[in-house]
Amino acid sequence: MNTEQKTNRKKSARSWRRQSGGTSIASLGQPMVWLAGGMLALSLVMIIALLLLVVVRGMGTFWPGDIVSFTTVTGETVAGEITRSSSFKPRPELVDNLPEHEQAKARQMLAGNDGISERVLVRTGNYELDNNHFTWVNDFTVADTDYPQWLVVMERLTWGRFYGVPREFHVDGNLVAEGPSATWEQFEQHHRQVRQRWQQRRQLESHDVGKINHAQEQARLELRSAELALQEARNQFGARSDQYRQAQLELDQAESLFAGKDEELNRRYDEIRARIAELNRENDRYQITLETANGQLKVMGLSEVVRAYPANQLNLLDRIGIYLDRWCEFLLDDPREANSEGGVFPAIFGTVVMTLIMVVFVVPFGVLAALYLREYAKAGPLVSIIRIAVNNLAGVPSIVYGVFGLGFFCYLMGGTIDQLFFSEKLPNPTFGTGGILWASLTLALLSLPVVIVATEEALAAVPGSMREGSYASGASKWQTIQRIVLPRAMPGIMTGMILAMARGAGEVAPLMLVGAVKLAPELPVDGIAPFFHLERSFMHLGFHIYDLGFQSQNSEAAIPMVFSTTLLLILIITMLNIGAIWLRNRLRRKFIVSAF
Amino acid sequence: MTGMNNAMNPGSGSAQKESGRADQKQSQLQRIADGEWFPPVVDPAINKETAAVSIKNFNLWYGSTQALFDVSMDVPREKVTALIGPSGCGKSTLLRSVNRLNDLIDSVRVKGEMNLYGDSIYARGVDVIELRKRMGMVAQKPNPFPMSIYENVIYPLRIDGIRDRRILDEVCEKSLRGAALWEESKDRLHQSALGLSGGQQQRLCVARAIASEPEILLMDEPCSALDPIATGKIEDLIDQLRGEYTILIVTHNMQQAARVSDYTAFMYLGQMVEYGATPALFKKPRLKETEDYISGRFG
Ligand SMILES: Nc1ncnc2c1ncn2[C@@H]1O[C@H](COP(=O)(O)OP(=O)(O)OP(=O)(O)O)[C@@H](O)[C@H]1O
Ligand SMILES: [Mg+2]
Repeated sequence: MNTEQKTNRKKSARSWRRQSGGTSIASLGQPMVWLAGGMLALSLVMIIALLLLVVVRGMGTFWPGDIVSFTTVTGETVAGEITRSSSFKPRPELVDNLPEHEQAKARQMLAGNDGISERVLVRTGNYELDNNHFTWVNDFTVADTDYPQWLVVMERLTWGRFYGVPREFHVDGNLVAEGPSATWEQFEQHHRQVRQRWQQRRQLESHDVGKINHAQEQARLELRSAELALQEARNQFGARSDQYRQAQLELDQAESLFAGKDEELNRRYDEIRARIAELNRENDRYQITLETANGQLKVMGLSEVVRAYPANQLNLLDRIGIYLDRWCEFLLDDPREANSEGGVFPAIFGTVVMTLIMVVFVVPFGVLAALYLREYAKAGPLVSIIRIAVNNLAGVPSIVYGVFGLGFFCYLMGGTIDQLFFSEKLPNPTFGTGGILWASLTLALLSLPVVIVATEEALAAVPGSMREGSYASGASKWQTIQRIVLPRAMPGIMTGMILAMARGAGEVAPLMLVGAVKLAPELPVDGIAPFFHLERSFMHLGFHIYDLGFQSQNSEAAIPMVFSTTLLLILIITMLNIGAIWLRNRLRRKFIVSAF
Repeated sequence: MTGMNNAMNPGSGSAQKESGRADQKQSQLQRIADGEWFPPVVDPAINKETAAVSIKNFNLWYGSTQALFDVSMDVPREKVTALIGPSGCGKSTLLRSVNRLNDLIDSVRVKGEMNLYGDSIYARGVDVIELRKRMGMVAQKPNPFPMSIYENVIYPLRIDGIRDRRILDEVCEKSLRGAALWEESKDRLHQSALGLSGGQQQRLCVARAIASEPEILLMDEPCSALDPIATGKIEDLIDQLRGEYTILIVTHNMQQAARVSDYTAFMYLGQMVEYGATPALFKKPRLKETEDYISGRFG
C-alpha cells in the first residue's frame, strides 16, 4: 500500500472537516433540541389547560354558594346565587330607563369605569312564579346588596330551585310553626322521613310495579303467540284440520291461564298502588310556606324538596357536606328536570357496560383477524391490499359507522331476529331498533382496525427464534401460536385493547343512531331475568353531555353540569384505561427479558 | 498473487508464505470459490459406524442463491459429530435441514436425500411434526419461551398432551440434571425462565432439547454466547450425553471441536470438503486446505 497517499488523504479530510465544521445549523443540533422540546411543551400546556378548565369548572358545579339579595334602584329585589359575571358596555337606553334621580349616579359610575359595567348572572330560581331561572344584574342599577340570614335554597323535583324565607309550617293543615327559625326547625325534623317515604314509593313504582308490568307483558305475549299459532294452523292446514283444533285447544288453555294470571297480577298491582297512595297521603300532610324576596308566598309539599339549606348560615363543614352529598347524588341517582339536575348514574352505567361489551366483541375478533393476516396468510398483494383497507377503515368518519350500524345491525339483523324470535311483539321492535348490543357492535367495528394493527405489530415483534424453538420441539403451528406467540404478544394486544377502548368510550356521534337516548327508563342490566337486556336503549355520558349542552331548556343551569359530566367522562375513561394498563403490566411482568 | 487471496490473508508473514505455497497448484478452496465442485474426502472409518442420519447429494437454495452443494455425509449413531467451517459456509443451513426448520422460510427449495434411521426426511407425505419430535435442537442464541423454567423444560411433553404430574416432574428434574442446571434452578422452577442468565438459558434450552429423549440432538454453536465457565459446563454436558445421544454440533471453536467431537466435518462455501475422525483430522488432515483452516492460517 502507498502509505504516503493514505496519510495525505487523511490529512486533507481532517482539515476539510476543520474548515467547515460547525458552520451549518444542522450540525449544531441545539436548535433542533429547542424546537422539539418547545413543541412538546406546547402540547403539554394545551392538554393541561384543557384538563384544568374541565376540572376547575367541573368541580365547582356542586359547591353551595351564598345567596345574595340585590335591591335595585327601581325597588325590585333579586335574590339568588351568583353563577358568573362579565363586563360589558351598556347601551345608553339602559341608563335612560332608570328613574331620573338615579341616572346621574349611574352615569357617574360608568364614567369612572370608562363606560364599562360589571354585571352578574344571578340564579333566581322560582321559575313557576316569574318564568325565569336566571337574571342579569348590572352594577349601576344596584342600590343595596345584602346576604339575608334566612334565605334558603330548596332543590326540588320539578321547576328547579326555589329561593325564599321559611314562614309557616303546616301539618294536616294546622299551623305548627311560624317565623323562619321555628319553621326551619320543623322542616328539618320532618324532611328526612318524608324523603325516605318518597324513596320507598319510588322503589315500589320502579321496581315492584316494573316487575308486575313485566309479568303481565310476558303473559300477554304467551297469549299472543297462541293466537299466532292458531292463525298459522288455519292458514296452513285449514279450519277443519286436527292441527287447527289442537291450536284452538291450546289457545283456550292459554286464555284461561292468562285470565288467571291477569287477575292475580292486577290484585298485586292494586295492593302496591294502595301502599303508594298510603305513602303519598302521609307525605302530603307536611307543608311549608315560603316567602320569596319579592314578598310572594309559596306553599310547598315536603316531598317535593330534594335538598334544602339556609345558604348564608352554613360554615365550611356544612358546605363540604352538601358538596359531597351533591356529588353522591350526581354519581348514584337518576337524572331529573330534563337531565339538568339530579344524577347521571344510568349514563355512567351505560357507558361502562357498552365499553365492556365492545371490548368483549372487538378483542377476539381483531386478534383472530390479525392472527390470520400475520401467521397464516401468505404474504402477497392480496394481504397487502387487505392491510391497507384495514388501516383506511380507521380513518372513516365515525358517523358513517353509525349509519352502517343503523342499517345493518338495527334494521337488517335486528329486524330478522325480531321476525324469528319476537314475532309476538311485532310491530313493536325488540332488537329491530337501537340498543346497547348494536351500539357496542358498531363501536367494535369502529375500533377493530386499532386492535388489528396493534395485534399485528405485537405478533411481528415475537422473535423468530422463539417460534423456531417451538417448532423444533415438535409443536404444530397452532400450538406454537397458542403457547408461545400469543402469550408473548399479549401485552401488545392489550395495548391495542386499551387504544380501542379509549377510542370507543369517547365516541358519541354513531351512538345517536344506534341506541343512545336522552333518558332510558331501564338499565340494560337488572334483576329481572334474563338479567342482561341487550336490546334496550341506554344512556351514555358522551351523549348526555351533548344533550345537556345543546338540547337543554334551562341551558344556563345545564352548563355547569356539562363540565361536571365531562370531568366524569374523562375520569371514567381514565379509570377503564388504568384498569387495562394494570392488567397489561401484570402480564408483562411475566415476560421481562433478562439482559446478559 | 491474486487479489482474492490477498484479501483472505491479512495474516502474518509465515501464513502468507504457507498460502503462497498452496497457491502454486491453485488451492482446492480457491477453485471451490470459483465454482468448481469436489467430492468430499471421507475417512473410511466412518463407514464402519451405523448412520443415524445419512445425507446424500443434498442441495439447498435460498431463492435463487444456492447455499448447499451436493452435500453427502453420514452422521454416526451415538457419537458426537462436529461441523466446522468459515462463517457463511452453510453449517447452520445443513443443521436446520435435518429437522426441516428451513421449511419455515418461504424461499427455500431443496433437492437430494436425507434419512433418519432409514426413514426419509424429505419424501412427500412425511409428517414433519412427528419427525421433529424425534430430534432435539439447541439454537445458536438461547431461545427460552416466555414461561416458567418448569414449563420450558417440559414443553415438548406438554405439546404431546402429557398431563401426568408425576411424569412431568420426573422428566423436568432428569433433563435439568442432564443439562447441569438442576442445582441452580431447583428452587425457582416456577419463576420465569427469562430471569435466568444467558448461560443458564442456554443450558435450559439443552434441557428442553433432551426432555423428550430425542434420537438425535442438533446443536448450533451452543456456546457462542457463553463465557468460558458456561462453555465448560456445556462441553461437560456433551461429554455426558455421548454414547446416549447422536449429536451433531456446529462450532467455530477448533479446540472445542477437538475436545468434544468424535468426528469432524469441514465445510466450505456450501460444500463438504473433508470428513473424518476428529483426532486424525486435527492431527493429520488428508487435505492441506483443512490443515490451513484448522491451524487458523485461513478463514
Ligand atoms: N434466510 C436466508 N435467506 C437467504 N439466505 C440465507 C438465509 N440464511 C442463510 N443464508 C445464506 O446461506 C449461506 C449459509 O448460511 P448459514 O447460516 O448456514 O452459514 P453458517 O455456516 O451457519 O455461518 P455462521 O458460522 O456465521 O453461523 C450464507 O451465505 C447466508 O447468507
Ligand atoms: Mg450459523
